[in-house]
Amino acid sequence: MLEIKNLHARTLDIEILRGINLQVAAGEVHAIMGPNGSGKSTLAHVIAGRDDYEVTQGEILYCGQDLLGMEIETRAAEGIFLAYQYPVEIPGVSNKEFLRIAMNSIRKHHGQPSIKRTEFVSLLKENLSRLGMDKSMMDRSVNEGFSGGEKKRNEILQMAMLQPKLAVLDETDSGLDIDALKIVADGVNALRSPERATIVVTHYQRLLDYIVPDKVHVLAGGKIVRSGDKSLALELEDKGYGFLQELALS
Amino acid sequence: MIATENETYQEQHATFQLQFSPAWLVELRQRGFDAFTRLGIPTKTLEDWRFTNIAPLVRRPYALASLAHSDDETTNDEIKALVQQATLDEEFHRLVFINGRYSDEWSLMHDLSVGVVIDNLGNAICDHPSDVQTLLASDHKLDDSTFAALNTAFINDGAFIDIPDGVVLDRPVHLVFLSIGSNHTVSHPRNLIRVGKHSKAHVIESYLGHGDAYFTNAITQVTLEESAELDHHKLQHEQVGALHIALTGVDQRTSSRFRSHYFSFGASLARNELNCVLDGEQIETTLNGLYMPKGDQLMDCRTRIDHAKPHCKSYELYKGILDDRAKGVFNGKIFVHQDAQKTDAKQSNQALLLSDDAVVNTKPQLEIYADDVRCTHGATIGALDEDALYYLRSRGVPAELARKILIFAFANDVVQGVELPAVRRHLESVLLSGHELSEDILSRRT
Repeated sequence: MLEIKNLHARTLDIEILRGINLQVAAGEVHAIMGPNGSGKSTLAHVIAGRDDYEVTQGEILYCGQDLLGMEIETRAAEGIFLAYQYPVEIPGVSNKEFLRIAMNSIRKHHGQPSIKRTEFVSLLKENLSRLGMDKSMMDRSVNEGFSGGEKKRNEILQMAMLQPKLAVLDETDSGLDIDALKIVADGVNALRSPERATIVVTHYQRLLDYIVPDKVHVLAGGKIVRSGDKSLALELEDKGYGFLQELALS
Repeated sequence: MIATENETYQEQHATFQLQFSPAWLVELRQRGFDAFTRLGIPTKTLEDWRFTNIAPLVRRPYALASLAHSDDETTNDEIKALVQQATLDEEFHRLVFINGRYSDEWSLMHDLSVGVVIDNLGNAICDHPSDVQTLLASDHKLDDSTFAALNTAFINDGAFIDIPDGVVLDRPVHLVFLSIGSNHTVSHPRNLIRVGKHSKAHVIESYLGHGDAYFTNAITQVTLEESAELDHHKLQHEQVGALHIALTGVDQRTSSRFRSHYFSFGASLARNELNCVLDGEQIETTLNGLYMPKGDQLMDCRTRIDHAKPHCKSYELYKGILDDRAKGVFNGKIFVHQDAQKTDAKQSNQALLLSDDAVVNTKPQLEIYADDVRCTHGATIGALDEDALYYLRSRGVPAELARKILIFAFANDVVQGVELPAVRRHLESVLLSGHELSEDILSRRT
């Protein structure tokens, strides 16, 4: 589904990604771990299309198409979803309307009619209760005044409503207590299917107890320095990220 | 230079004064014209006109619009289209003025409660001369303004709304001012609104046009008696090319409540002055405004609140959204006079700049002569939030729609201040230019 080849990306001043290679097949869950500043979030945003980063080398194929040539909204409409580490507040736009506009924009991209109001409302209700969210949150402005945990749940709610093909979760576990973590993980697991793939970007192994990955990659210094199965995550937890510095330099 | 432009107006005024009118009116107009001649066209050297170069537009040779009734089919189609465009709700009372003159043909009046007068000023001058004279004389500050004086010099028609004590007007009154025709026309509508004790009303003024560079010079005078309430809406949709100058003067008595909702979209140059005198205790005044110039438009919004007596509250929120090379001016004066203890005044103006070339000059001006008051003001200027734009796009929303949504969200609290759903819907459709969003977009913040 996703094929990243020798990806180099930079901001104005520094090169952050220095030759990423990664293949994610449909039905798989991949975890990307690594120390702070290793480029995890940059990779997530390059996939979503944020134009603060310049891709200097390499390519990304998504379902066989050139992803880097696509607009941000086209990527989303084609099924890519990024759950933000720091979800953005939009004062003046209600959550409910935000979701409806997003869903309808994606449907329009695929030549489908807008979702019926009743259908939308019942879908929303179902997902809210699964995520333990109060429906009054839907009438509030997007993420405005939400706690850290509420914002993260709201990301998962959007994901559940939009049903992406490829979900990229950027440090979704940060700032969550254990109950919230379970709810978020359940939300992600509910979307697991042979047609979908998930990339979980995380600093800690903890989330991977609940979202069990098929593959684990370690990112350090802008490169994937090791890949393995879920036992790699446990090894990291055990040894810490310190030993990776050597791997990154070698 | 001044002599030249005055000659045009001088000639018009002389001809205009020849038509049959009561002597008091002829005299009033003459005083207006004399004041206009004395004051002259303002230049940028005057503090109040520093950012607004009005002279080139005022000096265009305007023709005083004559009675616009015409059998010309094209003209009729044009009027019909404009009336349709302006219509907010068929249930509203609607008074249509074409080039400054009342048009019975295009107006729509429903039944009125006993004692309520909703008429045109032309009729009211004959039917209620003393009321008209009292209301016209209610605002002394009018004598200090060039354009108010010019309006007075050409008083002829406009709306006359007189609501007796204890009446809640069940339908809003919609005043529609159209400018049409191929000549550079000028019109000077004069509107008088009086709301009696414990009475309540909603009034909407719409300005729009279709024609060459024309000039609207409007005055609305409002008197709110004890415990009266008025929601006053102004929708300025003049055609680009037009010059729109307007003054609304509000005189408020004890316990009255006035809410102004000003929305400015059209004209090449629009200057709107809103003056409120809070002459009583326990008065509440709310001034909400939204101005959205783009292209080369200039919009100059000026408000003045005079807290003359104790225990009154005023809230002011003005927002500007400026694109292309547009210019905006906001000047908000609040005077708290010596007697006005326990005044509570809040003023906020915020501008959103959508382009690098757009400019806004914002000047809050508070003068406080009482010592036990609470007055706050704040001004912010910013650009569209790039992070929010990215967030929306990363959820599949096309860039153009994402921008519109963020602009709408910025304007939303001003739109939300409008009580009438038909007016809110109109504003939403203007702001989103055709994108259909449900009422759900309005986040329920209080």
